[in-house]
Amino acid sequence: MSRIEGVLKSLKEQGRKALIPYITAGDPEPGQTVSLMHTLVDAGSDIIELGVPFSDPMADGPVIQLACERALVHGTSLRQVVGMVKEFRKTNTTTPVVLMGYLNPMEAMGYEAFADAAADAGVDGILTVDLPPEEAEDVAPLFSARNMDPIFLLAPTTTDERIKAISEHSSGYVYYVSIKGVTGSATINVDEVAKKVAHVHELTALPVGVGFGIRDAETAAAVGKVSDGVIVGSVLVDTIARHQTDPEALAKALKDLLHPMREALDSLAS
Amino acid sequence: MSVKLTEEMLKALPDAKGHFGAFGGRFVSETLMDSLMTLEKEYLRLKDDAEFQATFDKDLADYVGRPSPLYFAERLTRETGGAQIWLKREDLNHTGAHKVNNTIGQALLASFLGKKRIIAETGAGQHGVATATVCARLGLECHVFMGAEDVKRQSLNVYRMKLLGATVHAVQSGTKTLKDAMNDAMRDWVANVDETFYIIGTVAGPHPYPLLVRDFQSVIGRETRRQALEQAGKLPDALVACVGGGSNAIGMFYPFLSDENVELYGVEAGGLGIETGQHAAPLCAGRPGVLHGNRTYLMEDENGQIAATHSVSAGLDYPGVGPEHSWLKDIGRANYVSVTDDEALYGFRKLTRVEGIMPALETAHAVAYALKLAATMDKDKMIVINVSGRGDKDIHTIAQLDGIEI
Repeated sequence: MSRIEGVLKSLKEQGRKALIPYITAGDPEPGQTVSLMHTLVDAGSDIIELGVPFSDPMADGPVIQLACERALVHGTSLRQVVGMVKEFRKTNTTTPVVLMGYLNPMEAMGYEAFADAAADAGVDGILTVDLPPEEAEDVAPLFSARNMDPIFLLAPTTTDERIKAISEHSSGYVYYVSIKGVTGSATINVDEVAKKVAHVHELTALPVGVGFGIRDAETAAAVGKVSDGVIVGSVLVDTIARHQTDPEALAKALKDLLHPMREALDSLAS
Repeated sequence: MSVKLTEEMLKALPDAKGHFGAFGGRFVSETLMDSLMTLEKEYLRLKDDAEFQATFDKDLADYVGRPSPLYFAERLTRETGGAQIWLKREDLNHTGAHKVNNTIGQALLASFLGKKRIIAETGAGQHGVATATVCARLGLECHVFMGAEDVKRQSLNVYRMKLLGATVHAVQSGTKTLKDAMNDAMRDWVANVDETFYIIGTVAGPHPYPLLVRDFQSVIGRETRRQALEQAGKLPDALVACVGGGSNAIGMFYPFLSDENVELYGVEAGGLGIETGQHAAPLCAGRPGVLHGNRTYLMEDENGQIAATHSVSAGLDYPGVGPEHSWLKDIGRANYVSVTDDEALYGFRKLTRVEGIMPALETAHAVAYALKLAATMDKDKMIVINVSGRGDKDIHTIAQLDGIEI
């Protein structure tokens, strides 16, 4: 069982939902990332999605684009991001880490070399935004063979047939993109998302995480009610941008954001 | 080196997943997959639909003004002192470049699919103008994404698009050039996928775009082939076209791919010189990677971050290239070379002064290389340059380089 499966299984047994924050590695500068990951865990996170910065993040809105630019100013590379996970694992061996990014940095590093390094560092899942299962036939097995979960996206436009096929290629969880749009772009329609996620649950046995558009305790609870976990990205990255020169204020601001979400999610368990 | 490609081999490409050998494919976020699969299915159906093809052909004839002439550049040939130089005059098309062949085709597809909102990216502005033009004609809402740098460099085309009723979005992210315009167009598409048709201007992007752009632009090569046989009594010995994303080049090359004696030359932007790193020549100096939905040769750093490009010509200022070109390079069917900004400017001036034809700066790259190539060939040989666009839009750039304010 992978670390992701273990965590999600144990949450399910407790009737709890996963809180899954996203931050971009190297933002605001590479030296802060590991400590920010620990802050996220202290604030009640169950799984961390760690973004790998890319020069051309086509599925991301301005907030995460700017985070990528800040990280790339410092030359944050995929190798370095893997190194950050290794560093994080020195003191945390329980919180799953999913690397989330675009394909080209992986292609440049070499898939085999990347898979080896990521597994060695203690990475648990890989989510590649611009790699649908159709193009992942050679890549995903490299991850599975090293006990890392290939995680794929589902969207409001995904047909039933594809939902089933994508689930077959996924392990750990599937990531349901709640809106048609880039990250951080719109407010979600909770009722619509609830309906769609319920439908996804009918088509796959995998846990379903929902992301895009979750920015406060209220939306987190509403989405948590119908899913297995909520993914929170742009609102955290925006907070990092606003406190980039003051690490202490940043840690406090992140906790102030995540604590109410954690409480709202846990209040669902009963 | 050249390989023999049969009609049968060519028909099988791209394969069902949109691959040309190791290149192409469909690398996009899940939200777009359904739309791309629908587009592929509909295009494969309409490709052989008599009504669709008849409408397309009629528009190319009556609206674009096709066929464009194949012109023997007698004086240029004499001055160069080698092979006969012929010009395929895509600059004479309505809107002044080859781009309109493709926008007519894709707008027609959009109409058949019932989409009322059109988006497009543009570099030099030629594709943006061609898109705004067909949208005006068909009464479609048009949004053009253009890098803020290019908006500055190509103010004339920006104004043309606005006159045609398009909304021009100046893209401020990244390097503020063509690749960033394409990023923002894709972001808009994801957000408005149900009602929007994305008219991609070059022969890149996710499958089926490289296929349909190639098919729509192939009219260039088909006409050239027929005209060469009629006017010169033989097929050309060499074809020369500039390559940014590569749509005019693939349109010229494709109908000749199985003619193994016809040499193909794609000319990339060498910028300040390949050795300086300040260029836009992924086929000459890049390596395979994945960007904008397809696997192809790219300019990138050792960590897979896309590199900034440089070219005097906005339309060639792109770090990637169409996947079919990457395949043609790897199998050795086409030759990819580069010329510098300075050489291109020489080509621009030469064609202007010797033939009275002012080419776009993109096209000037092909002219510059063809002049060098012609000089090495015998007088009984024949070269065709694809004059992909006219140079009016570049007059400000040229004047600025000459230190003249206009």
